[in-house]
Amino acid sequence: MAVVYKKSIALTDAPLTYCPGCTHGIIHKLVAENLVELGVYDKAIGVGPVGCSALCDFFFACDMYIAGHGRAPAVATGIKRTHPDKFVFTYQGDGDLASIGTAEIVHAAHRGEKISTIFVNNAIYGMTGGQMAPTTLVGQKATTAPYGRSEEHCGKPIRIAEMIATIEGAKFVERVSVNNPANVRKAKKAIRRAFELQLEGKGFGLVEVLSTCPTNWGYSAVNALKWLEENLIPYYPLGNYKDY
Amino acid sequence: MAKGKLTIDSEKCKGCELCVNFCPKKTLELGKETNTKGYFPVTVVNDECIACGTCAIMCPDSIITVEKE
Repeated sequence: MAVVYKKSIALTDAPLTYCPGCTHGIIHKLVAENLVELGVYDKAIGVGPVGCSALCDFFFACDMYIAGHGRAPAVATGIKRTHPDKFVFTYQGDGDLASIGTAEIVHAAHRGEKISTIFVNNAIYGMTGGQMAPTTLVGQKATTAPYGRSEEHCGKPIRIAEMIATIEGAKFVERVSVNNPANVRKAKKAIRRAFELQLEGKGFGLVEVLSTCPTNWGYSAVNALKWLEENLIPYYPLGNYKDY
Repeated sequence: MAKGKLTIDSEKCKGCELCVNFCPKKTLELGKETNTKGYFPVTVVNDECIACGTCAIMCPDSIITVEKE
């Protein structure tokens, strides 16, 4: 019998600590599969964030480092500059990258660091209990915005992919989603392209992945995917913003 | 006759139903008995699997292995 699908060897056997239906697991798989397919699994060093995926060092079988909150691109810069032969990626959520770590990501892109960033945007702070993030949609309820985010009080959500694409040093920027099998396949291709760019030594790549948070959004896993499709995708349009 | 063979690691299943939702042949459903974590793990309920791998692609916990005849 031919194997159609099998768990990637770049993932460990540890059970994921994410909630049922959280699409972090799907994005982990895509990163792991690309590491193996590009043959960089042995020399990859990942930098994890603070947030739900702060435990991702237990799940990726490659070398991992968990940086301070938002500082993953800064740590990855250091790793890549001391080990230029290694493959370095960061894996960050929206509370990490789009809020406390905005300076780090903007300047890593600005310097054209040869690293790849996977930015998981689920429009909320997951681990700490569903607080409003910079990416939370106007009107979306969060524990710190019980009546929904107010535009007058908090402004409109920040679009990271568009912002990073304006920076010269960023060579690949794409926004993808994992809400259905077709989009998962597209997401895998985008991550592959960002990784290839690093291997070619061209520069910084960022892939923004729209993700779900069924627990804090208050939906079942399946309905959370529908909510993502109906609400997040119209505000955060999918597509490529820059390809060197 | 099923073209595909699904191997499910029931102990790691969290019963999120993403695979159930996306299976084109409705081959998967949640089981009646819980695993040790208290989730109802997904089970194969008919033999119409076409080995498309959609369930495995959408499984966040990577617990489904798909083989084709």
